[in-house]
Amino acid sequence: MHPILGTILQRLLLGLITLFFVSLIIFSAIEFLPGDFTQAVLGQAATEETVAAFRRELGLDQPAYLRYFNWVGSVMTGDLGTSFSGRAASGVDRSRAVIDLIAPRLWNTLFLAGMAGIVAVPLALFLGVTAALYRNTMYDRTVNAATLTTISFPEFFVAYLLILFFASLWPVFPSLANVNVDTPFMERIYKCALPALTLTLVIVAHMMRMTRAAIINLLASPYIEMAKLKGVSRARVILRHALPNAWAPIATVIAFNLAYLVVGVVVVEVVFVYPGIGQLMVDAVTTRDIPVVQACALIFAATYIILNLIADIIGIVTNPRLLHPR
Amino acid sequence: MSDTEQTYSAAGEVGALRERRTRWQMAKIELSKAPWSAWFGMIVIAIYFIVAIFAPLIAPYGEAQVFPAPFAPWGGEHIFGTDQIGRDVFSRLIYGARNTMGIALAATLLSFLIGGGLGLVAAISGNWLDQLLSRGVDILMAIPSLIFALMLLTIFGSSVFSLICIIAVLDSTRVFRLTRSVAVSVVVMDYVEAAKLRGEKLGWIMRREILPNIMPPLIAEFGLRFCFVFLTIAALSFLGLGIQPPTADWGSMVRDNASMIQFAKYDLTAALTPMIPAGAIALLTVAVNFVVDWFLHKSSGLKDDH
Repeated sequence: MHPILGTILQRLLLGLITLFFVSLIIFSAIEFLPGDFTQAVLGQAATEETVAAFRRELGLDQPAYLRYFNWVGSVMTGDLGTSFSGRAASGVDRSRAVIDLIAPRLWNTLFLAGMAGIVAVPLALFLGVTAALYRNTMYDRTVNAATLTTISFPEFFVAYLLILFFASLWPVFPSLANVNVDTPFMERIYKCALPALTLTLVIVAHMMRMTRAAIINLLASPYIEMAKLKGVSRARVILRHALPNAWAPIATVIAFNLAYLVVGVVVVEVVFVYPGIGQLMVDAVTTRDIPVVQACALIFAATYIILNLIADIIGIVTNPRLLHPR
Repeated sequence: MSDTEQTYSAAGEVGALRERRTRWQMAKIELSKAPWSAWFGMIVIAIYFIVAIFAPLIAPYGEAQVFPAPFAPWGGEHIFGTDQIGRDVFSRLIYGARNTMGIALAATLLSFLIGGGLGLVAAISGNWLDQLLSRGVDILMAIPSLIFALMLLTIFGSSVFSLICIIAVLDSTRVFRLTRSVAVSVVVMDYVEAAKLRGEKLGWIMRREILPNIMPPLIAEFGLRFCFVFLTIAALSFLGLGIQPPTADWGSMVRDNASMIQFAKYDLTAALTPMIPAGAIALLTVAVNFVVDWFLHKSSGLKDDH
């Protein structure tokens, strides 16, 4: 078997194991709830029967491992359970399926994150590579100082600065990104401009600094110096000698930051009142709606793990040493 | 005439030069060489700490003291006006420094205690315990920490105590990784082996043999972790899930006054009210980053001029 295939399979397996343990942690969240949480959900006036029915619906009369397998099974088939909200003490149940709450919002979040990613990734790579090439020049120092400053800013500070300038003092973009299913594509982009710009600013800084560091590390290695000494042109040194080895760190940088986007999106969605999954999660935490929180956490964590896995695999596939085994 | 004047002792001259500098003198020499950015950072941090410690003396009004006029403009009795229910913004800013920084500092210290301690234990033992801890941390780190914090807050509710514990535990995973990776290269040194052979206890090896040798990266990490924890707490409070009212806190102050930004065209100062606490958070993080940058350059010889 090709050594690359073996390594990739190994990584996939590791990813699956991680996902298993993560799902176990997220599942066990319900175990740690205080015993009287059914009362909190159903209200003080809940009768014995409604409480018992509710506990039966959650499967609390079964052992935990059975419930875990049931839960994983239904998650696989797209059933994420039903929300805790909308339940009344009298036993009237107006709660909604978690999947109906999440599905439209997930699409919104992916749209926003995708929009930010499409702008941010090429921009950050360009800035990072050029800053590494012209390092210690005025350009490098300016880019560095600017990015160090943006990294230190909390997301909501960047967001409100943008609102102050581009929505309030000089109103070109709306400060609220209230999109819905019927919003046409161009209007959607227009409304998402400020949240996407905020996310872009935050991750460009991280990505640019990490790309710069990766390239500088690489340019210091002896084989690059050898290439330079034998008179290879600058462009060829970068494209033929440095880049093949740089793909792995660059892929890691991009995946790491797209994963960071997943987290950053929570705060930004709240600032711009954007109907995404991050805001749903914050609302669910406030009302202690565990099924929704679990579903959101599972989606965020799975995205995070899959992105890192992809970066790992890109790193392996593009590694020249693995491509040409002895 | 005696010939004592003619004597010359090389050892004496070298000995005279090798006057021991005190720690204070060393610090002064290092400080005089510090770049302006580090100076700026240190001064800002010092001011923040003074404000935080002497908050009740500096603040003109109480933390939760309510005045009859909500959304009062800047100037007059209230330097930065009042907020949506009539509390003095300037006083709350000062108390906010104390609460936000205090919680961040406590959480960071706790995370270093947990993460650093376990990291050292893992590095020294290097057997199944190391494997177990490392794999456990891998799994914990596979969940984004803000998301994990949100989930835990749902379970335990947002009190200051649970906030500190949750953030400290989640953050200790990163401290664990760093401590373990730098300690592993020290553990194989001969003097550690010697200490083990002469039968020193685990605590002694951790404290006296390894810790002094891995201090610089840990101190730099402490600064960065503090920033990160500080930003996480600010973000959680901003989301309404962190420090609960009426305790003054910068994150929730931004949230409470955010709606004032839309009046920027009519009264710029009103729009700036929510920006002050946000700016205060940003300024402190920038300052800590500057100092850490300088410290890293100095202590590890980390330079990027190849």
